[in-house]
Amino acid sequence: MSGEASIGQVHPAWPARLHVVTGKGGTGKTTVAAALALALASGGRRTLLAEVEGRQGLAQLFEVPPLPYAERPIAAAAGGGEVRALAVDAEEALLEYLDLFYRLGAAGRALRKLGAIDFATTIAPGLRDVLLTGKVKESTTRTVDRRRAYHAVVLDAPPTGRIGRFLNVTAETARLAKMGPIKTQSEGVAALLRSPMTAVHVVTLLEEMPVQETVDAIGELTALGIPVGRVIVNGARPPLLAGAKPTRAELRRGLAAAGLPSDQATVATLQAEAKEYLTRRALEESLRAELTELGRPVVELPLLPGGVDRAGLATLAETLLTA
Amino acid sequence: MDRILADPGVRIVVCCGAGGVGKTTTAAALALRAAERHGRRTVVLTIDPARRLAQSLGLTELDNTPRPVKDVNGEAGGDLHAMMLDMKRTFDEVVLQHTEPARAEEIFANPFYQAMSSTFSGTQEYMAMEKLGQLRARDEWDLIVVDTPPSRSALDFLDAPARLSRFLDGRMLRLLLAPARAGGRSMFSLVTASFGVFSRTVQKVLGAQLLTDLSGFVAALDSMFGGFRERAEQTYRILQAPETAFVLVAAPEPDAIREAAYFAGRLREERMPLAGLVLNRVHRTDLPGLDAERSLAAAAQLERSGEHRTAADALRVHAALTQQAVREERVSARFTDAFPAVPTVAVRAQPADVHDIDGLRTIGAALTTAGLAPAG
Ligand SMILES: Nc1ncnc2c1ncn2[C@@H]1O[C@H](COP(=O)(O)OP(=O)(O)OP(=O)(O)O)[C@@H](O)[C@H]1O
Ligand SMILES: Nc1ncnc2c1ncn2[C@@H]1O[C@H](COP(=O)(O)OP(=O)(O)OP(=O)(O)O)[C@@H](O)[C@H]1O
Ligand SMILES: [Mg+2]
Ligand SMILES: [Mg+2]
Repeated sequence: MSGEASIGQVHPAWPARLHVVTGKGGTGKTTVAAALALALASGGRRTLLAEVEGRQGLAQLFEVPPLPYAERPIAAAAGGGEVRALAVDAEEALLEYLDLFYRLGAAGRALRKLGAIDFATTIAPGLRDVLLTGKVKESTTRTVDRRRAYHAVVLDAPPTGRIGRFLNVTAETARLAKMGPIKTQSEGVAALLRSPMTAVHVVTLLEEMPVQETVDAIGELTALGIPVGRVIVNGARPPLLAGAKPTRAELRRGLAAAGLPSDQATVATLQAEAKEYLTRRALEESLRAELTELGRPVVELPLLPGGVDRAGLATLAETLLTA
Repeated sequence: MDRILADPGVRIVVCCGAGGVGKTTTAAALALRAAERHGRRTVVLTIDPARRLAQSLGLTELDNTPRPVKDVNGEAGGDLHAMMLDMKRTFDEVVLQHTEPARAEEIFANPFYQAMSSTFSGTQEYMAMEKLGQLRARDEWDLIVVDTPPSRSALDFLDAPARLSRFLDGRMLRLLLAPARAGGRSMFSLVTASFGVFSRTVQKVLGAQLLTDLSGFVAALDSMFGGFRERAEQTYRILQAPETAFVLVAAPEPDAIREAAYFAGRLREERMPLAGLVLNRVHRTDLPGLDAERSLAAAAQLERSGEHRTAADALRVHAALTQQAVREERVSARFTDAFPAVPTVAVRAQPADVHDIDGLRTIGAALTTAGLAPAG
């Protein structure tokens, strides 16, 4: 690893160390988190890409077998960097944690067979969140030979509807656990999440509901004192017909010049499609303005016509770095 | 779809599908149509509707009671009520119904109850079922249209209530209630022994208060287990009855279509009647003869000529629309090929979101026409 890219430095455009990626369901959280992990690993760095919802979204995206509860290389980044992936599992995290303190051994395995751990984390969802975020904190702050193990950690986080509760771990555990190591642990996590080491990025599409949820989530996170990073507009399309509403005469001449049929039906249909497109775009413009008003830096990622493959991810990663 | 809405034998329509595909919109549009076109006294139970849609339906508060919707044309003799599910309040009501007031107060004050009634995964589905059961029991409406909670998987709606009641009378809770009870040398005692370790550990890690609260919660709920389960089962039976029609909503995208296929398969297994598939937010072109490749080539040619820029862009718009339509049709075929007997109706993507009564009428009309109604 070269001196310049040595672990311990932070990318100037993305200064946080822990990047939490949220957004409305289906807006592209997993895709964007992966692209960001690749971007931050470029040039010989090492990043960790973590998921916490037990959905194996990363394995699907990178087309590899389901990820274990272990940090494994999943992709090489441009310029010799490495992305490792981890599927954080609350049960495993609890066992790991208990082992650290109490050496449970075989009893721990028996408990798992019984479903006791699943039970404990189900009845107290706040407990599960502390375990998940606790593991993320551990990997973010871990050092090897007095250097950080990871240059940055990117978390493919729960959606906007649950993000406040998920990250507000102290309040959630305080309701249930009034003392003990879990409480101490949650306080450590809360401190990290409220420090400049953390940035929560919100992914959205230029559609009403995702934008509304973005606005709500940023309000909620701000109120909780959790630092908001960027707003990431995903699936953006290049603007066409800048302001101009095509007339029928214009279309007829154009079609004729291109050697295409220019009958009335064709012209009328093209015009109707253009009109609908412009309606849609006007709406997108007003949503874009609404996002800008939030006062957070906005990054736009293009809609990939061929879907998200490795080349597409590389394109998105590059856009994130240059944006 | 009109046939279902008009059929007096159909008393419940359930709209299901993966997250964000248009369940709430479809439920509201179907209910409005049933009231206006088919003269049915209709109630729609919505869950987390988008804010502006809620406003148009007159749902300004989350108060768990059906309210009449304004601006509904009542000439056919029908009317429309709408309500928004209040999960916590529904849970509270269930508790109140099954236990005496003093006990109920105890339960409400327990931090586990508070956590569970607002966050337990599955609570929303269970409470939606519960509310549906209540509405049906009141028998005040000809037709109840139910929206389902936003979840990753449409199956959650069917599975969550069973999961919740299994959980509530499960063996973990019993063990937790009496960790020290069992003795003997069976496998069970081994399990119990390690459970003792577990509860001691939990006690150390979480503090003793937590276990006390948890046991208190479990003991308080103990008396209601039977009631919970029975009600969930009752509602499940209603869903299997011929008076219920399931409408499956999907967007023409791979995840949503896969989800829809799972769900349709599951309904078949459960002998629950699937009335049809709504393919929502589809894109189509009325100019299929001009394919994307030709339009793009023509646009490039015009671009090079330096003239006709607007026409070139219009051709690009058409090309993008055509490509999307082709992609969507290919994806949708995965469902229609697997379930050729399920009637399918496509609803076009409107240029803007649907949040007023007129918008719902447009969707309602599209839902009930064979073929495609025009967008906008
Ligand atoms: N820029 C893009 N261009 C084209 N397709 C995209 C883009 N971003 C995401 N997608 C596609 O959109 C779909 C949803 O993306 P993704 O799974 O990343 O979203 P998500 O927010 O993680 O979803 P979920 O809430 O289900 O976890 C996927 O099929 C993905 O391939
Ligand atoms: N045919 C359509 N054309 C354009 N927009 C639509 C259409 N159908 C639904 N929408 C819009 O899509 C968004 C999501 O719709 P809706 O809330 O009905 O989905 P849902 O399945 O209930 O979502 P959730 O799973 O979050 O409850 C809304 O903003 C709605 O206005
Ligand atoms: Mg995801
Ligand atoms: Mg909904």
